[in-house]
Amino acid sequence: MSNELIEKIVDSVLQGRRNKDDEGIEEGMAGEPGVAELVREALDSGIETNDILLNGLSRGMELVGEKYETGEYFIPDMLTAAEAVEAGMEIMEPHLVKEGTAGGKGKVIMATVEKDLHDIGKNLVSIMLKGAGFTVVDLGIDVPAKRIVEAVEEEGAGLVGLSALLNTTMSNMGEVVKELESKGLRDKVKVIIGGAPTSEDFAREIGADSYGKDAFAAIREAEKLLK
Amino acid sequence: MSERGITVNKPYERLSREEIKMIDRASLDLLEKPGVLCYHEESVNLLEEAGATAKKTREGEHDAWWVSIPEKVVKGALSTAPSKVTLGARNPENQVVLDAEGKRVHFGSGSETNYWLEVKPETFVSKEDNREVVFPVMTRKRGNLDYLVRSAHLAEQLENLDFFIRNVNVQDEDITTGNKDVNVFFAALNNITKPVVSGVADYGQLENVVKMAEIIAGGREELVKNPIVSFITSVIKSPLQIVAETAEKLIAIAKLGLPVVISTSPQGGSTAPIDEIGMVAQVNAEALAGITINQLANPGAPVIYGAVPVRARMDDLHDMYGVPEFCHYNMDCAQMARYYKVPCYSTAGVGDAKVPGIQAAIEKMYTYSAVPFAAPGLVHYAFGLLDKTQTFCPEQAVLDNHKIGMVKFLYRESGVSEESVERTKKIVEEVMHSPYRMYARYARGMLRRGEIFGGFPFEGESEDQDQTLLKVHEKLKALEAAEPQHLAEEQCRKIFSEIPGLLPRLNPYKEDK
Ligand code: B12
Repeated sequence: MSNELIEKIVDSVLQGRRNKDDEGIEEGMAGEPGVAELVREALDSGIETNDILLNGLSRGMELVGEKYETGEYFIPDMLTAAEAVEAGMEIMEPHLVKEGTAGGKGKVIMATVEKDLHDIGKNLVSIMLKGAGFTVVDLGIDVPAKRIVEAVEEEGAGLVGLSALLNTTMSNMGEVVKELESKGLRDKVKVIIGGAPTSEDFAREIGADSYGKDAFAAIREAEKLLK
Repeated sequence: MSERGITVNKPYERLSREEIKMIDRASLDLLEKPGVLCYHEESVNLLEEAGATAKKTREGEHDAWWVSIPEKVVKGALSTAPSKVTLGARNPENQVVLDAEGKRVHFGSGSETNYWLEVKPETFVSKEDNREVVFPVMTRKRGNLDYLVRSAHLAEQLENLDFFIRNVNVQDEDITTGNKDVNVFFAALNNITKPVVSGVADYGQLENVVKMAEIIAGGREELVKNPIVSFITSVIKSPLQIVAETAEKLIAIAKLGLPVVISTSPQGGSTAPIDEIGMVAQVNAEALAGITINQLANPGAPVIYGAVPVRARMDDLHDMYGVPEFCHYNMDCAQMARYYKVPCYSTAGVGDAKVPGIQAAIEKMYTYSAVPFAAPGLVHYAFGLLDKTQTFCPEQAVLDNHKIGMVKFLYRESGVSEESVERTKKIVEEVMHSPYRMYARYARGMLRRGEIFGGFPFEGESEDQDQTLLKVHEKLKALEAAEPQHLAEEQCRKIFSEIPGLLPRLNPYKEDK
């Protein structure tokens, strides 16, 4: 019984269905329970949060990743699956807090730096990190260094992810690192950067810990940094 | 019913109604004066009986007739020419159904290149920095039967190829004028289940070719119903001359009731005027002359308006395909054929370039996007042709298959409807109230239904080298590995015992005997 529910959760993640109203990859699925309903049912029937998390949501996302690797899935499929995982995590959240295991793989602050409005890539990274089991606090676009550092403090995040798409705004990433230093937070939090004009060299130059060329690299690096 | 080809919903109309009428007038006037110079007595007789006037003359060693064809003879012939013609196929699902008043376009190969261009990846070491680089090395080979078999087999695999015109000329030692036609027809028919369209080199072999087709189709009547072979006759030698030998074939094919393309290929600048009106008036007159003879020989016989007007290169008078004038000529002819309600055979996708590469891609994509947009029923020369039809390259054919896929996608309908408008409003509203305001979720259905174009399938990984041809080469190998769709053993046995001149090495079942 419990296994069956977990399998259904995996399936719904693969179909990218947040809730009963969503269509899946295959059509004609609207109306059937989605990840949100299934997770609630699983919790109600006493299945352990760990089981739901690892064998349901994470397992589903792993399979999605495999399908992407083999060319069966595309980015829209990954994003939709990640959204479905996120919908499940929202239902799980109060339970995880109660159990003291909230945060999953760790907490990440994401932001596009000041004066930069580009957010497609940053959103992709945020959604995929959530799908991979991280808790993401996304501050949006055009976020001043001060605000980012405040959020790190408030949220007690272990990682800051910064995005910039303009060579005129990428220097603002360095400002964030300096601000963290001046607030004495630099050794408490890791910094990862990304966006087309940035690079590994640039990350080193401004004193960030890591650089990710795409959302998959972002997940890999975040897993390393928050180990 | 066959679903081959693609519908061009609103065909591009370069010519206005008035312009069409003016060209029609000009062509009819030309057919009356100066008229055509006809070298074929039987054709002259047919035309005279219908009301034309002929005056005997002598051209070098040959008898010839100046034939003045009045409008009523041409219009009479056009009135019996059917507007619907079916090109049959071994697999009836692959039939090409042509409707002069419809808008369906089909793409095919062609036509008898002397060379086959082989592509082989080889590794080189840079003298600059000792870097190893893999480059495609190309070698031009003389066409032969093996290559013809390979190209027919490849044509079967290419999903955007709708009809097959043989694309390599065979120059094997054991091929003679007397056995060429039966062997090339067999090589094609034994490897492809799509329509086979072809010229006949030797009039004496027409009977054997038709007999072979009858054995495959299951009899004469079945062949007429499902004409798995259709013919091309280049009955015109531009300007406005009717060739004796081809006219003879044309009349024989008309009497058999099998589809035939009247193909005329004047070169603007040498054998036709280079300007648009001049070229189109003449090529149109030539096509009409051919259709007239065909219909007089057998009223109602399936016939196709084949115009292959090309432009001359100004430095050496070779044909030129990847140029704007070529598109103008051909788009105009498609409109003329539609005006006469006769299915049209047109051309796109020949590279003037000698090898696959940037020049070829530009030239091919240019005519692919222009000519088919005028919705001729058939677009030939569309696969693998390079060096102004001198060379066939199978890798190029695979690439062209992709380009034609792009062109077909381009002509898709817009999808605007009451329902889609409502759906759009709902989706936008949903997305506006979602956290990241992204539409990715809604792309999936279309992706799965094949409604999102797949992009370029031969993209390389290298940051500093074009690897397209290397990728295409891999794809070609995979396509060539597919099981051939040979004729049944019984059919082959019958064909080899009843048709003289076939080379035993073409028989796929010979080991079993
Ligand atoms: C879309 C776009 C816009 C949109 C943005 C819409 C939106 N919601 O984001 C709009 C129209 C608003 C826009 C505006 C401008 N743009 Co703009 N824009 C682009 C464009 C075409 C695509 C960017 C994109 O979304 N890519 C797709 C995503 C998926 O890729 P990505 O962002 O690189 O993200 C991936 C990785 O980089 C990485 N990543 C990204 N962030 C992070 C973060 C972390 C932590 C990690 C690990 C990884 C990571 O993972 C992502 C997923 O794989 C680029 C061209 C280009 N090729 O990049 C120009 C481009 C970035 N824009 C440019 C310019 C100049 C502008 C404008 C100044 C134009 C103008 N004159 O108004 C304005 C500036 C506005 C501003 N103040 O920011 C230039 C920048 C030149 C430069 N090097 O500085 C570019 C490169 C275009 C060009 N070639 O000229 N733009």
